[in-house]
Amino acid sequence: MEKRVTFKGWLLPICLLLPQVIVTAVFFFYPAGQAVWQSLFIPDPFGLKSQFVGLGNFEFLLGDPYYRAAFTTTAVFSILVTVASLGMALFLAVLADRLIKGSGVYRTLLIWPYAVAPAVAGVLWLFMFNTRVGVVSWYLGILGYDWNHVLNEAEAMGLVVAASSWGRVSYNFLFFLAGLQAIPKSVIEAAAIDGARFWTRFRTIVFPLLSPTTFFLLVVNIVYAFFETFGVIHTITSGGPQQATTILVYKVFADGFVGQDLGSSAAQSVILLVVVGLLTVIQFKFIERRVHY
Amino acid sequence: MATVKLSNLKKSFGKTDVIHGVDIDISDGEFIVIVGPSGCGKSTLLRMVAGLETVTSGEVQINGAGVNEMEPMDRNIAMVFQNYALYPHMKVFDNMAYGLKIAKTPKAEIAERVQSAAKLLQLEEYLMRKPRELSGGQRQRVAMGRAIVRKPDVFLFDEPLSNLDAKLRVQMRLEIKQLQRSLGVTSLYVTHDQVEAMTLADRMIVMNGGIADQIGAPLEVYANPQTEFVAGFIGSPATNFLPAALVSGAPAGTTVGVRPEHATLTTPDHGLVEGQVSYSEALGSETLVHLRLSSDAAFTVRQNGMEPAPEEGHACGVLWNSSDQMHFGADGRRIATP
Repeated sequence: MEKRVTFKGWLLPICLLLPQVIVTAVFFFYPAGQAVWQSLFIPDPFGLKSQFVGLGNFEFLLGDPYYRAAFTTTAVFSILVTVASLGMALFLAVLADRLIKGSGVYRTLLIWPYAVAPAVAGVLWLFMFNTRVGVVSWYLGILGYDWNHVLNEAEAMGLVVAASSWGRVSYNFLFFLAGLQAIPKSVIEAAAIDGARFWTRFRTIVFPLLSPTTFFLLVVNIVYAFFETFGVIHTITSGGPQQATTILVYKVFADGFVGQDLGSSAAQSVILLVVVGLLTVIQFKFIERRVHY
Repeated sequence: MATVKLSNLKKSFGKTDVIHGVDIDISDGEFIVIVGPSGCGKSTLLRMVAGLETVTSGEVQINGAGVNEMEPMDRNIAMVFQNYALYPHMKVFDNMAYGLKIAKTPKAEIAERVQSAAKLLQLEEYLMRKPRELSGGQRQRVAMGRAIVRKPDVFLFDEPLSNLDAKLRVQMRLEIKQLQRSLGVTSLYVTHDQVEAMTLADRMIVMNGGIADQIGAPLEVYANPQTEFVAGFIGSPATNFLPAALVSGAPAGTTVGVRPEHATLTTPDHGLVEGQVSYSEALGSETLVHLRLSSDAAFTVRQNGMEPAPEEGHACGVLWNSSDQMHFGADGRRIATP
């Protein structure tokens, strides 16, 4: 039975709710409303006054080849980040789950990268792959590979994907490990007696039973790739070379705060909000139904 | 159809020895129940036969061939787990067909075998349901069905009834017994419930702290327990134990065992021991009279429920036939009554 708490009067419940409501209003509703409002204007070059243009900003954006390119970049980037971080995390979690001795040590070590802020992670990777002083690019040079993510678009994309996925692996690993440990051991043993070897068991029993976890992580990671990777991209490539790593959220920043086109930037935020909203709805509508058993 | 042989089977986890050498020769179609209190190693023993635990020393043989190094899947066994271990994301049909699909059995044959097992277990209506849509007893049947369809050499049961309620347990117990009879598959069954052990077993292994205290037919074990532990564990209510000093004529230094059903109440000063009634439990068909003996030891007498039970605080004597009196040495082993 659900236990309901009943309050006498209104004052206490309102006081209890107020902090959360204020935080949400100040940091989410107000800026979101501002973005929607601003997206309807074009400010003059000095930012002194702005002119109402209706949906002009959106019209311009949808016809802008650079903006459409940013869409493709974002799709490629977020798919790569999600697949890489989920795949790696699942692989590590399966290995850690089989450990009996020392699993605590592995777990602790694998969780550490999550504590590193995206911008710091970006700088770490940048140092390793720096074209002049980077240790990894130096070794790659010895092997005869000329690493230069400043000029090579594919290498730049690879580097930001690696740096963004790295910290994420820890987070996903935790959830996957918990998911794996929640599968009753006897179910795995029953499958082993039924003749399923490791890979068959993973494919037919473990992975399907993990699917609620995987689905949850899919949603969370896509949202992460869309928004929170800003710091990594800003520190490593600043969206370059030639906008090869300019994802939508980076373009919001670049156009708004570097290019000073606040109207277009606001319109981009609104589009981004709608895209992520749609993605989440699609995921819940079509994938969630299949993952719960 | 298969024979199973365990030779001096031992198991240690690190430095802890949990099974100290078990020997048994199981003939084809025999129903063996491994019974004991929790922590006695009975499940570990079963899991060694299944191949889910490695064997520290000794040997498991199925059909005369050593299987110590074989994977569970290569031993041609089927196991029913305490929590059923059904695959929660698969329908009942797929749960039962899983092993056959992996063995690449033709589809038509899979369907036929699952159907006939479902018919046997009255599961036909539920084949398209998921395990969570079934009751405990039905899940139990699915777990058995999954074992049956593979036509294994040996059935292994790991406390399969302990998650069911009392009434269902009695019913499923009967069904398991009938099923095993009709299929004639050699079975090993682990339980902590002595009633299950008594009713199901052709022979039972009574385990105590990793040692097989006694192996034998249920009635033989009941009538002739070889150790103090077996005498106390098999039979309900448990056997009364008294120091030899309290019972005249008992060999010095031994423990005397008397089953509650072999003792009768008599008038004070006419019994072999004397005591006061502390309380009685009337169960209908029988009444358990609990006594506090003059030596402060506890003693239980089982009498017919229709006989009048003595009141609390009533003084009385207790009598039994000397042929029903058992003697156990300091090591717990039975000493032949002189």
